[in-house]
Amino acid sequence: MSQKNRIEGGQINRDVPLNFTFDGRRYTGHAGDTLASALLANGVRLMGRSFKYHRPRGPMTAGSEEPNALVQLRSGALQEPNTRATTAELFDGLSATSQNRLGTLSFDLLAVNDRLSNFLTAGFYYKTFMWPKAFWEKLYEPVIRRAAGLGSLSLEDDPDVYDKGFLHCDLLVIGAGPAGLMAALTAARSGADVILADEDFAMGGRLNSETLSVGEVSGADWAAGTVAELAAMPNVRLMPRTTVIGAFDHGIYGAVERVGDHLAVPQAGKPRQILWRIYTKKTVLAAGAIERPIAFANNDRPGVMTASALRSYANRFGVAVDRRAVIFVNNDDGYRSAEDLHAKGIRVTVVDPRPDVSVLKDYEVLSGAQVIDTMGRLGLTFVKVRLADGSERTIECGALGTSGGWNPNVHLTCHQRGRPRWDDRLAAFVPADLPTGMHVAGAAAGDLSTAGALAGGQRAAQDALALDGSMPPLPEAEDAPVNIMPFWYVKGGERAWLDQQNDVTVKDVRLSHQEGFRSVEHLKRYTTLGMATDQGKTANMGGLAIMAELAGKAIPEVGTTIFRPPYTPVAIGALAGRHRGAEFHPKRLTPSHAWAEEQGAVFVEAGNWMRAQYFPRTGEQSWLETVNREVLATRNSVGVCDVTTLGKVDVQGADAADFLNMIYCNGFAKLAVGKVRYGLMLREDGIAFDDGTAARLAEDHFVVTTTTANALPVYRHMEFVRQCLVPDMDVQLISTTEAWAQYAVAGPNARRVLEQIVDQGISNETFPFMACGNVTICGGLRARLFRISFSGELAYEIAVPTAYGDALMRRIMEAGAAFDITPYGTEALGVMRIEKGHATGNELNGTTTAANLGMGRMVSTKKDSIGAVLSRREGLNTPDDLRAVGVKPVDPTQRVPAGAHLMAAEGPVDATQDQGYLTSACYSPNLGHHIALAFLKDGASRIGETMRVVSPLTDEVVDVEICSPHFIDPEGERLRA
Amino acid sequence: MIIDHPLLGPRDSSEFTYLGDARLIDRPDPDGGDAAAAFYQYAYLRDNPAGWHRELWFHEAGDRSWLVVTRNTLTHEISKVELASDVARAQGRSK
Repeated sequence: MSQKNRIEGGQINRDVPLNFTFDGRRYTGHAGDTLASALLANGVRLMGRSFKYHRPRGPMTAGSEEPNALVQLRSGALQEPNTRATTAELFDGLSATSQNRLGTLSFDLLAVNDRLSNFLTAGFYYKTFMWPKAFWEKLYEPVIRRAAGLGSLSLEDDPDVYDKGFLHCDLLVIGAGPAGLMAALTAARSGADVILADEDFAMGGRLNSETLSVGEVSGADWAAGTVAELAAMPNVRLMPRTTVIGAFDHGIYGAVERVGDHLAVPQAGKPRQILWRIYTKKTVLAAGAIERPIAFANNDRPGVMTASALRSYANRFGVAVDRRAVIFVNNDDGYRSAEDLHAKGIRVTVVDPRPDVSVLKDYEVLSGAQVIDTMGRLGLTFVKVRLADGSERTIECGALGTSGGWNPNVHLTCHQRGRPRWDDRLAAFVPADLPTGMHVAGAAAGDLSTAGALAGGQRAAQDALALDGSMPPLPEAEDAPVNIMPFWYVKGGERAWLDQQNDVTVKDVRLSHQEGFRSVEHLKRYTTLGMATDQGKTANMGGLAIMAELAGKAIPEVGTTIFRPPYTPVAIGALAGRHRGAEFHPKRLTPSHAWAEEQGAVFVEAGNWMRAQYFPRTGEQSWLETVNREVLATRNSVGVCDVTTLGKVDVQGADAADFLNMIYCNGFAKLAVGKVRYGLMLREDGIAFDDGTAARLAEDHFVVTTTTANALPVYRHMEFVRQCLVPDMDVQLISTTEAWAQYAVAGPNARRVLEQIVDQGISNETFPFMACGNVTICGGLRARLFRISFSGELAYEIAVPTAYGDALMRRIMEAGAAFDITPYGTEALGVMRIEKGHATGNELNGTTTAANLGMGRMVSTKKDSIGAVLSRREGLNTPDDLRAVGVKPVDPTQRVPAGAHLMAAEGPVDATQDQGYLTSACYSPNLGHHIALAFLKDGASRIGETMRVVSPLTDEVVDVEICSPHFIDPEGERLRA
Repeated sequence: MIIDHPLLGPRDSSEFTYLGDARLIDRPDPDGGDAAAAFYQYAYLRDNPAGWHRELWFHEAGDRSWLVVTRNTLTHEISKVELASDVARAQGRSK
């Protein structure tokens, strides 16, 4: 099909034809087209179906404010829903499809909703689908979701790459229209570092869409010349296709650069989009203005758009939406559209509700007239006009432009609580409270003339950068005054659309008012006015004006809703950047990771760490079989486990012991050099925070360990105590978690293994339980040895500088070969600590006290420590407080589910009968049945009691016996062996 | 936000971890007569002002300084940034 609506002129490159498809049909456009302009050139006005009523819709604008022409681009994994055809840059091979339809775009079965519109008014869903309750999930919601909504996701991984970046500058200029270009030029000539960002692919803003001249040349040529001058300056970064989406605190702006959206395939090595964080000292906002429509009955037919959009399509893209156009205006700027279209040979009639407007034009002007209705099933065919004398006239035309005045783009001025100010002269809101460092220029500031924009841009840059001296004279440009009569909607037409994306009509606003939703925020939420992806850029003002009229208030008294980032929709991929899939967060590998991989370990994420979970061997049928083997091998001979991930904090200084006394609830001052002690940290509210060990390597030197999960919070807390509570203590802290590789060697043969590695003697006499010290290994390598045990076996933890971690693990495996040393992972570690009754994060769960954990007596009363005072308060010390206990099933073949609750052996089962809960559970291969740790009310005096474990989640009820949490070696003989 | 670190100059707030009211520096005397009540106040009853607020920030991805940042919670304006250890000493904290 030929481009039947293509006319002369425009900034498209007719030498570069671009082939594309829409709903499978092939079309041709040109370089410089948007998808919308190319479709219009081909006579296609129908581009989508509306959200709720499935009304046929076409583009209403030629920019990013577009509510209607949302389409799906590309296919397969690259499918991108809800893209505005008015901003999608055409490329060769582009495939686009319409969305939100059942059937074809011209025969949408869900258009039946439009017939039901009397029922589907604002608040319909709130009122109708209340009952029966069960119907919501199964019937109403799926049906509504099918019928409403826009495009669909491919549900495949997005193959594109997105990135994030940081930029710094002296001046950020947002918008490259006449004001923005002049601001950037002024700043750049002064030597400042300037970033000029514009959402369009062609810089120049409205100058590209106008026939006005700037100085001696056309506006578009002046813009191109200025862009070329800026591009040649080393202190300027031009960023076309870049939308500044938010103004954040302290001069930080967010911007999305569409690097590859306009290409069939992004360039090799380049991302599709970049989310920039721009740090700037000053900002000039030159975001322009958006023309707003006038509402009247059936004002949503394809072919009805803003007058300035008709003008853009004609001037910039060389497209006549139709050869016959009506322009409905309430202000003088609308006549510019009429003149431009007329000059292009389009037959124009202007409908102006203002009485007595000048009729000395080359085209027809109907003064005192209003558009009252339109016709045309899939696109505009007739416009019905009520003339000044009350008679009606029908005009056959395919394009209707409405011009209700221009709204300065105040969006970014409001991202930090700023509220705009009403300007009667423009009948629009203009910027008032600005974010620190922001200056506004041009149409965004309410200076709607080209001369005003050029002057405003120059002045804003001058003010922002405090530039002295006289400025070069500005080129001459039009300086027409604004002449507008506020006129928001034509009375009588109830199905007059305000928010075309969310299908909100004048009638809906009335209904909202009638039902008492009268504040602007209530109006928005009740009718969904302005809540669509276009944020009501073309809709909100009309809604506010009607609300004000109904309430008998002035528009500024009604106020506006809050403008929030992002300015236009942002792809989730751009927000995620490279943080997705395996790169969602950093991955930390232990020093033995490569070795563990060689052993075929299965890994588990522990925070950012990858830890070996278990080491399956050929022939093993399940993870449990593997874990049981690892546990039994460790308890019967010797096992080795990488415990590097535990947090390590080096504490040094003359007051180091006093410092530890402060952070641990138990005493450390008297800990001898060469000894390790278990320590429990409380939060200031008396709840247990973390536990670990502190090893005293010298009078003034301790090494503290934390749990893996709390390594960071504990270190932060220790620094808080040091800097904020005891600033004069002679103590220094440093995290050494990554500096040392640390392995637990556990089991009756642990000493025999380490004796082959450690250069010094480590007999039970010279290196007893809870000993620690600096040693050397393998003939001289410095190492640290701790005789501590999490498994309950004779055990050591040995640490070497991380670079030697891999070698040490291999050496330990060699030395242990004679004892069939077995590597074990976090699962076996967990089983052994449950068998031994040791607490971990499951027990130190942020709600439990030292007393709950059975360690109440550890909280020293002889010294101050964090949390000591509040741990003694009455509410945490009642007779039936929870106590840590062990749980085993009466029938040893039954399992006990973690997270289940303890109830009396007889009687009702409900939340009021709750006696406690299970925190950790596992199968104990040593005991041959399941075991669990639990908190039970007054648990310490209930050992031997029979109870029920109830798990409504897994639908299990198990009879259990309460027992000591120390299932294995309660006397600790193995530890000391 | 940008926090003007007294030692390192302006740094992005993403380098910091937030804790809360700088009155956490004023830990009560555990041996005082009303220690339980004072700690209850200290741990639970802090103000949450809409406006100027002195608060503790930790330069976790930086030099590990605790800072006292005077920030307007309505506007995010920052009027003062101090080292928390200096503030603590000035308030009489020592060992």
